Amino acid sequence: MIKVEHLVKTFGTTKAVNDISFEVNEGENMVLLGTSGCGKTTTLKMLNRLIEPDSGKIAINGENILEQPPELLRRSIGYVLQNNGLFPHYTVAENIAIVPNLLKWDKAKTQNRINELLEKLHLTKDHLTAYPNELSGGQQQRIGLARALVADPPVLLMDEPFGALDNVTRSKIHGEFKALDELKRKTIIMVTHDVQEAFELADRIALMDKGKIVQIGSPADLLFNPVNSFVSSFLKEQRLQLEFKTIKLIDIWEHLPDSGKKINTSLLSAQLDVWEALENFKFYSKENLNIINRQNKEVKSTTFDQLMAAFSQYKNQQPHE
Amino acid sequence: MNEHQQTLWEFMQQQADKLGMQTLQHIGLTFISLFIAVLIGLPLGIYITRKKQFSGFVLGIAGILQTIPSIALLGFMIPVLGIGAKPAIVALLLYALLPIIRNTYTGITGVDAAVKEAAIAMGMNKWQVLFKVELPLAMPVILAGIRTATVINVGVATLASYIAAGGLGEFIFGGISLNNTNMILAGAIPAALLAIIFDFLLSLVQKLNFKKIKGAVRIAPVLLILLSGLYFIPSAYGGKLTAGFTPEFMGRQDGNLGLISKYGLKIHTIVISDAVMYKAAQEKELDVISGYSTDGRLKAYNLVVLDDDKKIFPPYYAAPVVREDALRKFPELEKTLNLLSGTINDSVMTELNYKTDYLHQTPERVAKDFLVAKKLFKPERGGNEGVVRIGSKIFGEQYILVSMYTMLIKGYTNYNVATKTGLGGTKIVFDAMTNDQIDVYPEYTGTGLLAILQAPTKTVTALQVSKDSTYNYVQKEFLKRYQIKWLKPIGFNNAYALMMRQKQANELHIKTISDLKGFLEKK
Ligand SMILES: Nc1ncnc2c1ncn2[C@@H]1O[C@H](COP(=O)(O)OP(=O)(O)OP(=O)(O)O)[C@@H](O)[C@H]1O
Ligand SMILES: [Mg+2]
Repeated sequence: MIKVEHLVKTFGTTKAVNDISFEVNEGENMVLLGTSGCGKTTTLKMLNRLIEPDSGKIAINGENILEQPPELLRRSIGYVLQNNGLFPHYTVAENIAIVPNLLKWDKAKTQNRINELLEKLHLTKDHLTAYPNELSGGQQQRIGLARALVADPPVLLMDEPFGALDNVTRSKIHGEFKALDELKRKTIIMVTHDVQEAFELADRIALMDKGKIVQIGSPADLLFNPVNSFVSSFLKEQRLQLEFKTIKLIDIWEHLPDSGKKINTSLLSAQLDVWEALENFKFYSKENLNIINRQNKEVKSTTFDQLMAAFSQYKNQQPHE
Repeated sequence: MNEHQQTLWEFMQQQADKLGMQTLQHIGLTFISLFIAVLIGLPLGIYITRKKQFSGFVLGIAGILQTIPSIALLGFMIPVLGIGAKPAIVALLLYALLPIIRNTYTGITGVDAAVKEAAIAMGMNKWQVLFKVELPLAMPVILAGIRTATVINVGVATLASYIAAGGLGEFIFGGISLNNTNMILAGAIPAALLAIIFDFLLSLVQKLNFKKIKGAVRIAPVLLILLSGLYFIPSAYGGKLTAGFTPEFMGRQDGNLGLISKYGLKIHTIVISDAVMYKAAQEKELDVISGYSTDGRLKAYNLVVLDDDKKIFPPYYAAPVVREDALRKFPELEKTLNLLSGTINDSVMTELNYKTDYLHQTPERVAKDFLVAKKLFKPERGGNEGVVRIGSKIFGEQYILVSMYTMLIKGYTNYNVATKTGLGGTKIVFDAMTNDQIDVYPEYTGTGLLAILQAPTKTVTALQVSKDSTYNYVQKEFLKRYQIKWLKPIGFNNAYALMMRQKQANELHIKTISDLKGFLEKK
């Protein structure tokens, strides 16, 4: 879907992006992760030509974007910024309608689409006539997302979209983000320097340092097969939590005890990660969680201690750095 | 002796026509120049946000323009654009440029970079970004600039009357020259009100929310053009010859009022400052001007004085006037100042004025050359027995006289001298004297009689027979009313006079003011 080859961008003497290549598949969520100043934003902005590369190639759907008129290109790419970049002089409705107006949609079509998005993003009609400064940060961010999604662009670029939110709001929006069907079909490139966020939302992560990609792969790849000590030390501080979030119950299925105690509580899917399973414990004594493996219709029941034991057995099997 | 003092309200009622006309002209001038300034300043301000390398240069130039004193700027305009509305509008718009350019620039560069980036990222082209994002968001700042420019323009437009462009300055400066407080206020109060009203209205526009600003910005050009049009309403008149009179001359018994009442002269008249009047006459912008019979420019610009055959211009013999307490404090002063008495007649004074006004010699040099030639000059004694404060009005002849007095006092006495020159018109210098800011300044008998004592018409007519009777009258009255003493007359008579270009006067066979009237009435 998106193919980037040998991208270079220099500002004065700063090599902001230094020979970067990667591919993103259709419907994939690629996260650019790295410390401040490593070139994430620069890379992202070259994809919609807010920044012109010094050299290198960018193709979307096999077409060289550097040969397309930038305005037209941009109308087919959604863009979400950290500080949302909403127009303060436009109402919410007008903000969302910017791209439809540029595309000269008729009023009814725009209105229908806005209503549809409102519902999906848990906003009400009252919000439409408000100005951005009358909304909370979380609401503003959702409007920013609605604005980027309104024309249903196949590609979505997001630069630290949740960076300005507090932790509680952020994890709530993360949840909504993952659940939003609109996003499942989209090819997304998202920039963040928050490791947790990357692991939570990414299909694949490109870890960057000093204008280069150090490693590109799934969260588990980075966690269990780091290519060098930069990668492992980058993840070290939050390692345990990342592992909880990366390893799914299905991964440790064989290490879970096959106890037959199946109390009639609700069943958890084995597709959940360990972190999500842990969140389901209410922490009273001798509590059990029931997990169903939908592939073989097998149901297992586990206590907290048994889950932790299975988790560490699984980890011991993984290759060590 | 004083007739019933006119109140301000009576004056304004009496002059309602003129006041209305001046107010319209004033608003018109303000907004024509503002409109053009916006047309130039807004695009220029936008341009320098795109080409930042020029921003320092453009803002620098606009800044420098604004530091040029208004009078000087108006003066620079005359050789290029003549007199009247054109140079006034250009000068005003130059003043209005800086706030408009600067606020457009800061307004647009101040737009949140993230918002601008979002606009571009959504696929707006550069014009859409400008008109849909940058200008609307910068509008409150731009409006603040326009507001500043409006207030500046209302103020500076009062000076337009110096170059015959009309406006409320006609009353203000006429009043200052004539020592007529009512007249000053009749101009100054409306001017101040205009500034306050426009400032207030624009502050309301600034406070509108974005939605309403859109509408306001749309009607703004129409409104500006309408307001600009006001300027042209009063100027629908014309005539064979054009006269340019100073604001002072316009309001005087022994000026335009006398020309109308005694001669029945009807001529298309514009109001103009003394500083540019002669030049405008030479350049055929004006045909008849009011001037002073000893003015050096008379000689420089080849003008002739029309004979005042009905004797409406009273004599203006120059003499130093001194505070009585100063005479007591400085016993040597009177004797010293009187050294000059009888040494300068009309033609000598014209010659001296010519040297400063036209040959651009300094008043000090002209004064010294003269004193040396008259064998009156003595080197400074460097005395320190007190300081004599000498004032002057703001024109060359007074500077020369003040220089002479300074040299005489320093050479003949042990007093030191402090000069306060350029005190504007009669009112300013005379107020300075009654408020004990200065001890002595050169005054003219006619001015004392009419502008300061404001003697009733009957008295004036009675006194006009001889120069001595006027002198005696003002001397007596000044002592009585103000404790100020007139010393001996210097000798020359700097009376009002009507003048024309020599060539034109010869061609039209005009020698006297009655001839002029005759020519104008010929069909
Ligand atoms: N317009 C610019 N002019 C000069 N240098 C720039 C410009 N934009 C970025 N840089 C430099 O390029 C480097 C990469 O910047 P970039 O914004 O891509 O970093 P980033 O990874 O997005 O960082 P952050 O997490 O802080 O947003 C930095 O050293 C930055 O200072
Ligand atoms: Mg960044």
